[in-house]
Amino acid sequence: MKRETVASPARRGGAVVDALRESGQPIEEALEAAQQIEETFDWQNGAKVVARAWSDPEYKARLLEEGTAACAELGFEGPQGEYIVVVEDTSKRKNLIVCTLCSCTAWPVLGLPPDWYKSPEYRARVVREPRRVLREMGLTLDADIEIRVWDTTAETRYLVLPLRPERTDGWSEDQLAGIVTRDSMIGIARVLASSSSPRPESK
Amino acid sequence: MRQVVACLEFSDDLDFSAMDGIHDLGGMAGFGSIEIEPNEPTFHEPWEATAFRLNIASAAILRNYNTDEYRHAIERMDPVHYLQASYYERVLTGVATLLVEKGILNLADLERRAGGGFPLAHPERPNQDDGRREAKTPHFSIGGRVRVREVDRPGHTRVPKYVRGRSGVVIHVAPRFSYPDAKAHALPRRKEPTYHVEFRATELWTNAENTNDRIVVDLWESYLEEAT
Repeated sequence: MKRETVASPARRGGAVVDALRESGQPIEEALEAAQQIEETFDWQNGAKVVARAWSDPEYKARLLEEGTAACAELGFEGPQGEYIVVVEDTSKRKNLIVCTLCSCTAWPVLGLPPDWYKSPEYRARVVREPRRVLREMGLTLDADIEIRVWDTTAETRYLVLPLRPERTDGWSEDQLAGIVTRDSMIGIARVLASSSSPRPESK
Repeated sequence: MRQVVACLEFSDDLDFSAMDGIHDLGGMAGFGSIEIEPNEPTFHEPWEATAFRLNIASAAILRNYNTDEYRHAIERMDPVHYLQASYYERVLTGVATLLVEKGILNLADLERRAGGGFPLAHPERPNQDDGRREAKTPHFSIGGRVRVREVDRPGHTRVPKYVRGRSGVVIHVAPRFSYPDAKAHALPRRKEPTYHVEFRATELWTNAENTNDRIVVDLWESYLEEAT
């Protein structure tokens, strides 16, 4: 099939839906059910997990020991969250997640991943030259910080627990969740207590 | 001359057609910078949502195929198409390929409805049954040194080529999951533990950026052997 004769993906997608409908499969109901599942996938869930871990040392210990159960405690579970492992950033270690073979992600806590995570560029390069990739993405690491790249090749789904930024003492969990970013939970960015972030509640 | 002929005959018996497919991108050189789109929406166009939901609907809800078959259908895309397609076009191609292969949909009918070509993935070239069966207890343990087998399959596998033949240390034993090299091809299924194997960057790359860096790869038991 020559390229110019290929139907647009929108038309191809519509053709599959129409053909499935006529085949007798209950596709409308199935698509609706799929949408309901999909709408539970949200990286802000992961932000709540991180904020809880920053606020509650016992929760953090459970999260690092049994990530799946600790995420489920907050109600975050489902497809692609069957076995979640949380990896902790420290002042001496930076964690990064990738899926070199496809684009596996912990949907219940990271949501559906951004395009850059699914790009051939990220998948090819980050296992080989993570420092250069991070630098290009705006994060320069000192040589004495060790990097761990986690390649999602089997059924484990990873979540990075980023470092809690300084000058956030006394912040509520909601305030902390408000500064956590999806990128920081994939591992390509730090969490910053930026000026646009919420201020600590007055006591 | 005889040697050359023997060589050609020998190569006929080998099947390198699908091994190291284009999807196996880890460590591949030549790619450029990574573009981040600020405030990126989950879906850029409605058809992307349709493609995503079609896969969830077809796999998890209508049970037309399993996730390993789905991953492999995408891996079987023509390499040029694979790299040119966006993520959700790959999803759509994988879904449609399996629905046609399983006789649920018909390609000519899809193309008529779409009003143009509908490129699907190349046909499946299945793995062979390796004869191994379910093991009751994990064979390897935390701290153990393992080597990744030189896995060479015509069909689906989850061993990236950049770790084949390389040695690392088990740092975590995950629960047992169905062995994908079998499940993607309707071979007898078995569950195996998967292991988080930590490799030194210097074990994988001659020009590693930093000797302290590590890469952790999650590998089914059958992919591993004891390192000597």
